[in-house]
Amino acid sequence: MGKYIIKRLLHLIPILIGITFLSFAMMRLAGGDAVTYMYENAGTAVSQEVIDAAKAEYGLDKPFLVQYANWFGGMLRGDMGESYVSHKDVFETFVSKLPATLLLTLSSILLTVAIAIPLGILSAIKHNKWVDYLIRFFSFIGNSMPNFFAALVLMYIFSIRLRWLPVITTENKAMSLILPTLTLTLSMASKYTRQVRAAVLEELNKDYVAGARARGVRGKVIIWKSVMKSSMLTIITLLALSIGSLLGGTTIVENIFMWDGVGKMAVDAINMRDYPIIQAYVAWMAIIYVVVNLITDIIYHYLDPRVRLGGEGA
Amino acid sequence: MSEEKKITVREQKMKKNHMKAKLLFLTALAVILLLIAIFAEYLCPYDPYAQNLLEAQQPPSMAHPLGTDRYGRDMLSRVIIGSTTSIYATLLLVAIITVTGTAIGIICGWCGGKADTILMRISDVFLAFPGLVFALAVAGVLGGGVQNAIIALGAISWPKFARLARGLTLAQKDSSYLMAARLSGSSTPKLLVKHILPNIAGPILVTSVLDIGTMMMELAGLSFLGLGVKPPMAEWGSMISDGRVMLQTAPWMVLAPGGAIFVTVMIFNLLGDTLRDYMDPKQRYR
Repeated sequence: MGKYIIKRLLHLIPILIGITFLSFAMMRLAGGDAVTYMYENAGTAVSQEVIDAAKAEYGLDKPFLVQYANWFGGMLRGDMGESYVSHKDVFETFVSKLPATLLLTLSSILLTVAIAIPLGILSAIKHNKWVDYLIRFFSFIGNSMPNFFAALVLMYIFSIRLRWLPVITTENKAMSLILPTLTLTLSMASKYTRQVRAAVLEELNKDYVAGARARGVRGKVIIWKSVMKSSMLTIITLLALSIGSLLGGTTIVENIFMWDGVGKMAVDAINMRDYPIIQAYVAWMAIIYVVVNLITDIIYHYLDPRVRLGGEGA
Repeated sequence: MSEEKKITVREQKMKKNHMKAKLLFLTALAVILLLIAIFAEYLCPYDPYAQNLLEAQQPPSMAHPLGTDRYGRDMLSRVIIGSTTSIYATLLLVAIITVTGTAIGIICGWCGGKADTILMRISDVFLAFPGLVFALAVAGVLGGGVQNAIIALGAISWPKFARLARGLTLAQKDSSYLMAARLSGSSTPKLLVKHILPNIAGPILVTSVLDIGTMMMELAGLSFLGLGVKPPMAEWGSMISDGRVMLQTAPWMVLAPGGAIFVTVMIFNLLGDTLRDYMDPKQRYR
């Protein structure tokens, strides 16, 4: 087990370097004239000397790899420079927006679990009955609906027609959270229901279930005592893996509902070419994603009895 | 497994025929969509770019079945003309990532060694960016436009195909038919293209058809954020974004293009699912 964790951690290093290098290189390639752009933003015409001085101030005149090394070093210390637009500390800005995104992610995950696990299990137990078809039908619809369209449809129904909920984020955080959460849950629950259904169905088709049936164990007992126990591992793993992708998937929804998280911050930064902010967003989201997935993998390996009790990695 | 034994040969055949009919039907629907996209300009009842402010924001009527937008442009015509951009950009994107990913995957699987390690590490890095994060950044850096959106999404999507093709190639590598082909003097490129490729094409095709829907939604998502297709060019994602501010007074401006994406994605998703079941009912590739 310890060996496995060390192996995975070592594997992580090249990926982290790759992520940061790519985030850095991309912004630097694009941001060559960021200083010029900054002055244009401010609406002042300046001479070449001023531009050069500003470039020197931001370290933009040094060789590429030196810039990367400096930036990477700064990143480890939580210093990612300052925003071209607001001149605030980039890392602080990112950290201050992160809780909103985490809240949205968390509420969507909880709602997804509350919807998808019971529906997925029900669908598997009632395999090819009308309940199954109905659930599959709705999950299919949810899967084919782009989330920005779903968001606008929900907004139209609940905010404009029924006037129950605010159109965009207001002071009332709890009410404002409902629509973005529903939007994200719609597509995620659809996907996840299918996965839960598949996981449970696979388990139901195993020989031990037939064996238990033959021995006269009641259907309910088989399902709750054996099938659920063994398929839960897959179900939880799939869910944990989706946390990471959801973190990156909130962008569009945050923008529609003006939810003040990192996704909205990123799109605003892109529109204003605020490269340090984009850089921080891309690098940190990838790092969070990779780390969440790594933890999931390790927990999976720890929980899976086949692995824990000394078999080769499953 | 136990349930399958009960199914008789006759039932199996009937099921297969049923699936074949379903597959044909869905393929026909997809072909119709493609035809609409090809002949879009001839199908539009009005000029999709002609503004007529006197008829702005009209609700759906006989003259304008899907209403008009805020410049008085006919929504039906715009949805039809928008299909060209939306569908072709998506298909192009899926074609690019399938071909690139598969080529890289086959080479990795076949050659192994250092090239394999390096390419797979690179694909790991791209897989480390969640969802649209990297695509957003690429589109933001390169600026808007269809090509840039395709580049952005292509960059994060090829590794999936590379991994799939690599795994499948590895599974085929030691089979006896390859040995036979090599003994009878086939060159390596010939082995890869004529022998390995056809044997691994099935799962790759299924994956790429299943990807069409996702890619279409992501491409439209980028356009929606203003990072893909730019107005006035008609494209479903940017049309929804355009209609968003009018949601209160003219909801059809969102519903028409949104419905178009929804139906198209659904058809391609159904096609992908059916194709997967048809090609191998027991295995799930994902």
